[in-house]
Amino acid sequence: MLSKLWNTLNTLSAKKPLKYTLYLSAIIIFFAIILIPPIIGILIKAGSLQAVFGQPELMNAALGAISNSFIIGLVVAALDLIAGLPLAWIISRGKSRWLSVLDTFADIPFVVPTAALGYSLLLFWSSSGGLSDLFGSTLVSPGWLLVMLLHFTFSYPVVVRVIVGAMLDYKMEYERASRTLGAPPLTAARTVTFPIIKPSLIAAFSLAFARSLSETGATFIVAGAFQNGPVFLQNLSNAFKNGSLTQAQYEGATVFASLILIVVSLTIFAIIRVLGQRIKLPFGHGLPIFEKKLSYAKAAWSRNSITLFVFLVIVLIPSLFVALPAFQAVATGTTFVEAFTGSGIWASYWQSLLLSYGLAAIVTVLGIILGIPIAILIARKTFGKLPSAIIDTLINVPIIVPSIALGLSLRFFWQGIPGIPDFALLVFAHLAITYPYFVRSMSAAMERINIDMEEAAKTLGAKPFTLFRTIVLPLTKYSILSGAIIVFTRSVSETGATLAVTSTLQTAPVLVVNWVNSLRGISPIAGVNALTVGLACGLLILFSFIILLVLRLLTRKGKV
Amino acid sequence: MPEVRIVNVTKKYGNLYALDNVSLTIQDQEYFSLLGPSGCGKTTLLRLIAGLIEPTSGEIYIGDRRVDKVPPEDRDIGFVFQTFALFPHMTAWSNVLYGPKVKNYDAKQSETIGHEVLELVKLNERLNAYPSELSGGMMQRIAVARALAAGAKTLLLDEPLGQLDAKVRNEIRYEIRRMAKDLKLTAIHVTHDQAEAMSISDRIAVMKKGKVVQIGTPQELYMHPNSLFVAHFIGESNFLEGYITEVNDAYSEIELRQGLRIKALNPRDIKKEERVVLAIRPETCEMKRGHIKAENALFGQVDKTTFEGTIVRYEIRLDNGDRFVINRPSLTEQWINVGDEVTITYPLDKAHLFPYPEAGLTEEISV
Repeated sequence: MLSKLWNTLNTLSAKKPLKYTLYLSAIIIFFAIILIPPIIGILIKAGSLQAVFGQPELMNAALGAISNSFIIGLVVAALDLIAGLPLAWIISRGKSRWLSVLDTFADIPFVVPTAALGYSLLLFWSSSGGLSDLFGSTLVSPGWLLVMLLHFTFSYPVVVRVIVGAMLDYKMEYERASRTLGAPPLTAARTVTFPIIKPSLIAAFSLAFARSLSETGATFIVAGAFQNGPVFLQNLSNAFKNGSLTQAQYEGATVFASLILIVVSLTIFAIIRVLGQRIKLPFGHGLPIFEKKLSYAKAAWSRNSITLFVFLVIVLIPSLFVALPAFQAVATGTTFVEAFTGSGIWASYWQSLLLSYGLAAIVTVLGIILGIPIAILIARKTFGKLPSAIIDTLINVPIIVPSIALGLSLRFFWQGIPGIPDFALLVFAHLAITYPYFVRSMSAAMERINIDMEEAAKTLGAKPFTLFRTIVLPLTKYSILSGAIIVFTRSVSETGATLAVTSTLQTAPVLVVNWVNSLRGISPIAGVNALTVGLACGLLILFSFIILLVLRLLTRKGKV
Repeated sequence: MPEVRIVNVTKKYGNLYALDNVSLTIQDQEYFSLLGPSGCGKTTLLRLIAGLIEPTSGEIYIGDRRVDKVPPEDRDIGFVFQTFALFPHMTAWSNVLYGPKVKNYDAKQSETIGHEVLELVKLNERLNAYPSELSGGMMQRIAVARALAAGAKTLLLDEPLGQLDAKVRNEIRYEIRRMAKDLKLTAIHVTHDQAEAMSISDRIAVMKKGKVVQIGTPQELYMHPNSLFVAHFIGESNFLEGYITEVNDAYSEIELRQGLRIKALNPRDIKKEERVVLAIRPETCEMKRGHIKAENALFGQVDKTTFEGTIVRYEIRLDNGDRFVINRPSLTEQWINVGDEVTITYPLDKAHLFPYPEAGLTEEISV
């Protein structure tokens, strides 16, 4: 039965027109669903801009919020790089067996859905019962500093992961050569290792910057009166619902802010892409003597200590601090029982959880199906070099566009076509946001496959489909899985686009944001208290952990 | 211009001994090779000398200075990597100037040094090219020039010719030796190619499984191997197994398979009735067509002949069933054909008698 199917698929795959039809439809779907709507939607509404031009106050608020976004994004990405490099260095170079533990810990903030992370940080830094108790007053109030801490925390693991990957691929021989030529370790790192892994450093910086620009839910929780781009857009939406803004004002301001966000971030990323490769640091005459002093003994020890301290106190502990009220809730019993019987507000909690994980699963499957042909196109240059390069560049666009702007644009785009359910919009939005991550990881894996192997299979008589099933798939299996993990966790964390696309469907992170708001007196919900929010976050983290653990065990099997 | 001393150095990876209590001294200005099959510990030893890894125990001296706790950048060594490890983000010229710059020489001084070493390696074109644009031979020269420019007094070369094709390899290996000698450097050269080691080294250390088996000049190793392993690894040997049946002052008598008896010198005083292996090099034997009665002769039949250019290689099945190989110069000799009966003789002092190895012959000579 199965072999019959394989045979049919083989015969079909050998037919050129069919092959091109498959690739072309993948490209068309990519443009029609993933690339165009998030950008065009906003332009369709460009007419509504006029409503803001008469309102300097609204415009100034928008511009202020947007510049906050970019300043925070750039500063946070730079800090991430500075703090992440030494940790990546320790993980990739150290010899202690504790490193694999550290390596796993470094992933934790990545797994914690950002909304829960935001609440966790809020508890840790500014509410009573957290770190603030030690100081007798609120240590960090909601505001720009807390937003920076938050963004630093959730983008840090991404930066560390990317750099560790680059360091493991890097040929140590270069650094050894530099040492034998007289360079102390720090000089060797600065003049040889970092320039060689520069593309990865730029990628890490860009990812941290993009995540900072996009994050909405958690930022909203810790922002207080402070506004960055996404928070401003969310506030607009709330104000419109309250009736303090008219439809025209709301749409105009939204389009205005989104458009600027999109245009500026596309510009900045283009600049990073062009300049990043060209920038060369001067050799630094005299620096080696200074670096030698910092390379050994006490200096190295204090550097590592500071790195681990930053990781523990700013990243790891605050990320998991929400576990404390969760345990309290378990201890008190009643909240715990209520939660598991699904009574009262908990019914909506379980519903949102189901929605989130179901949505993530659908998006992951769709992402894999739609992503593989595009990944092959990029890696194998099926339609030639130029089209591959163009698609390779365009694939980044949904990552660069701040997700709340992307969501708004999607909604404006699909609004024009009646009968599309909110759930479909949700799938489209999450697909657009996560798709690039999967394609990236898959095409990189395919580029690592030696082309000789595919050619060998061809000379042995393998038809295209057999080739894919017996050579490409087994060799990229684990990259597909790790790509799927990223898609899944990003989808579960996503708030900005979700809030923008639908007001009826409530995913888990949106629910967490609403409950935290209720706690802070903004649109209160009956039955929500500190214990329920703690438990809700705790459970969300727990489930994410379990899923990640299962996926990690699956991926580990094949790692050599 | 230092002497390099290795004293009781051991390097363990987990429970595996990469180097097992190795001691040796490389003299000042000597061109020294570490030779052995892959996995014998030769590269480990070189990296220990460079400071790229640390010994589990033991001491390393460069000149009078104990260096096993000194970081590589302070050891005054130059290291040429098998893959060259030219920095891909710098031009050839910047690669050469890297050492002087890191050592904080001023720009003018650095450039003077750069020109000097490039003169030495006979390369002064394409200096603005990046490593990926250079040929293997050029990359090799830049790698050596870079090591010299950093002011190396000891030159460590890890299979420096492994990536080059045969013709270039033969040219460059003498050049490296000449440069090391001209600059009065101590050079330590790691290779698995015995011909390469033999042709350029003052002395060679043959290594096996983390230990040094024998140290000597190329002639010593070839003429007087101290073990079956060296007899097999340096050049080529025929191995005949047997028992000692008689020991007297001048020679010992050995009984080979099927009662065949021959004579051999016995400098190691192996006792009567012990199991032995006799090693005879293929190029030391005389061979005549037909069965000719002679003292200490082996008889057999030619199984196969191979014309290899300068020599002809004969594979012979001895009458007692043992296999035997003989190499003869191809131009001066009359060709002997497959199937011919032959008589083989050899000088007594060119046959080396060893006790039969405990682990078995195959294991002893396995690489």
